[in-house]
Amino acid sequence: MILSGWGRFPKLDCKVTRPRSEDDLRALVAEGALIARGNGRAYGDAALSARGTVDMRGFSRMLSFDAETGLLVAEAGVLLADIITAFLPRGWFPLVTPGTKFVTLGGMIAADVHGKNHHKDGSMAASVEWVEVMDGDGVVHRASATENADLFGYTLGGMGLTGIILRAAIRLRPVQSAWIVQETLPAPDLAAAMALFEASGNATYSVAWIDCLASGDSLGRSLVMLGEHAAPADLDNRRRARPFVTPAKRRLTVPFDAPGFALNRYSVSAFNAAYWRKGRRSAGRALVDWDSYFYPLDGIGHWNRIYGRKGFAQFQCALPLAASEPGLRALLGEIAASGQGSFLAVLKRFGAQDSRFSFPMEGYTLALDFPVNPTTLALLDRLDAITLDHGGRFYLAKDSRMSAATLRRADPRLPAFLAMRAAEGRARSFASALSERLDL
Amino acid sequence: MTLPPVLILGGRSDIGLACAHAFAAKGHPVQLAARNAAGLQPEATDLGLRHSVPVSLHEFDVLDTPGHAAFLDALPAAPGIVICAIGMMGEQEASELDFAAAAQVMRSNYEAPAAILGLIANRMEATGSGTIVGISSVAGDRGRATNYVYGSAKAGFTAFLSGLRNRLAKTGVHVVTVKPGFVATRMTAGMDLPAKLTAQPEELGAAVLKAVTARRNVIYVRPIWALVMAIIRNIPEPIFKKLKL
Repeated sequence: MILSGWGRFPKLDCKVTRPRSEDDLRALVAEGALIARGNGRAYGDAALSARGTVDMRGFSRMLSFDAETGLLVAEAGVLLADIITAFLPRGWFPLVTPGTKFVTLGGMIAADVHGKNHHKDGSMAASVEWVEVMDGDGVVHRASATENADLFGYTLGGMGLTGIILRAAIRLRPVQSAWIVQETLPAPDLAAAMALFEASGNATYSVAWIDCLASGDSLGRSLVMLGEHAAPADLDNRRRARPFVTPAKRRLTVPFDAPGFALNRYSVSAFNAAYWRKGRRSAGRALVDWDSYFYPLDGIGHWNRIYGRKGFAQFQCALPLAASEPGLRALLGEIAASGQGSFLAVLKRFGAQDSRFSFPMEGYTLALDFPVNPTTLALLDRLDAITLDHGGRFYLAKDSRMSAATLRRADPRLPAFLAMRAAEGRARSFASALSERLDL
Repeated sequence: MTLPPVLILGGRSDIGLACAHAFAAKGHPVQLAARNAAGLQPEATDLGLRHSVPVSLHEFDVLDTPGHAAFLDALPAAPGIVICAIGMMGEQEASELDFAAAAQVMRSNYEAPAAILGLIANRMEATGSGTIVGISSVAGDRGRATNYVYGSAKAGFTAFLSGLRNRLAKTGVHVVTVKPGFVATRMTAGMDLPAKLTAQPEELGAAVLKAVTARRNVIYVRPIWALVMAIIRNIPEPIFKKLKL
């Protein structure tokens, strides 16, 4: 079966199985070279294995919920969207959420995803109480900060390469409504955007849309968006009466692949300029429903088709705090000069994180996407080099094209990760197209 | 307003569970009936956690027809909606070689489901309300060499549901016949099914919910199946008998 990640690049012919029980899975791990796949929302080749892609959506039961503590135990194939549907009406929201709700619990753990609150609450790891992982011999281990701590540390952010994540216990956060009070702050350039992030460390959520085609004095102009879960006092009477009811959304969909020429420097540049002007005009406070705030793109089905049949590549790097400003300047300068703009350029301040192989580090992260073609692939190599020069690293859940040599230079934690892979035959039992490309 | 419970016969099947989720999401309490019902506890917990509805498990063997009345009597509340998702494909070849195997397929897909639904129909008729949903099959629309034992049983079941609907039309009890077409379930795992003709279980659950709400009589889950089966039913027999289907 031809599979790809959300970026639809690369595509690979994979042997796919859909086990329904631990026994089914035990029979599969004996064959080796397996990778678990959730809902296919990693952008690149993280959840592809030609020899054994395991569709985990057959493990999709919620197992228990403690209404006192907000601790949810669920199988790895449960969708984040289903968790929200079930628990938001009861006043609970995921502690950490990525930018799409169409991810599975197992995928969120494997990628150690982060959200707009990373600077305050950390990554997914901060919300995971324990996880159960099947090893290459079919034995299931429970791992937490205190039990099998090594396995726990490497599984969070280990991209599925420590074993098959079967189930986990995660903490939800209590919320008083399904609404977010959003504050939009225009920043005319990069320094202003970074100053806004530094000044808003107390905001629960913060993220910026950045116009990556603006150059010169406007380099890095951004709309910084802060957010807080709305309290009853923030709602009008009608909404306060039913604080967890939000209007049903009209769902748009991209019905077919856009032709490759639809996105070019002129269309993207015009879009970005218009978006910037609109954002600046409507700056200030607004009440936004949770779905529009956290998952704006989920409202557009198959949005990955706007990049055409050849797919697109995401680039997301994290830069250490001290090198962030010069690093971002160099990256944005390179992108603006290339004219290869991206609609979906996102800038975010990360808080401190100490982890075995996860992506976030204290500093700034920049995420962009580009249609796949020789020009953009060459640009991405240049962006890799700039990131390395500034001591940064790369998000494997987004990556589809980086070289093994780049990863080796980017991540001093790699030797320890490889030692973990070598132990107990993990490298033989669990492998993905990503692990093969990056020699993991 | 409390909604009437939905009873799922064949509560372990993917189709039965998908229906359970669709109705539970609307707030209906769920009664799951199956053999070894205790083994369905994780499914029951999942349904309850997701939808905040009461879920109960009930030991039920459809082939034990003498036990049907006692099974219904033991339910915590009379169900307002009954969905029969019991089915057994069997091996066509085994059915050809051994009538005992064929009889098992016939009993599991027609005789025994008809027995329990007949009993439920009588009880619903007495109260003057209720909905019965029978998951039949497109295989019952015309017998084909590759699965005619299963198909003949489903044909019987389809006719039974049609007759039941006719009989109860004036009583307030409604009967829905569902012909799913291909559905990606455990029963079809490993078969090479065309994607455009294959529904996901959730799609089926949503279609059944819609059909019950709108009081539809006969539905195909994916509309394309109405066309496919219209063609298959209308191929003249002299030609049909020579086809490999």
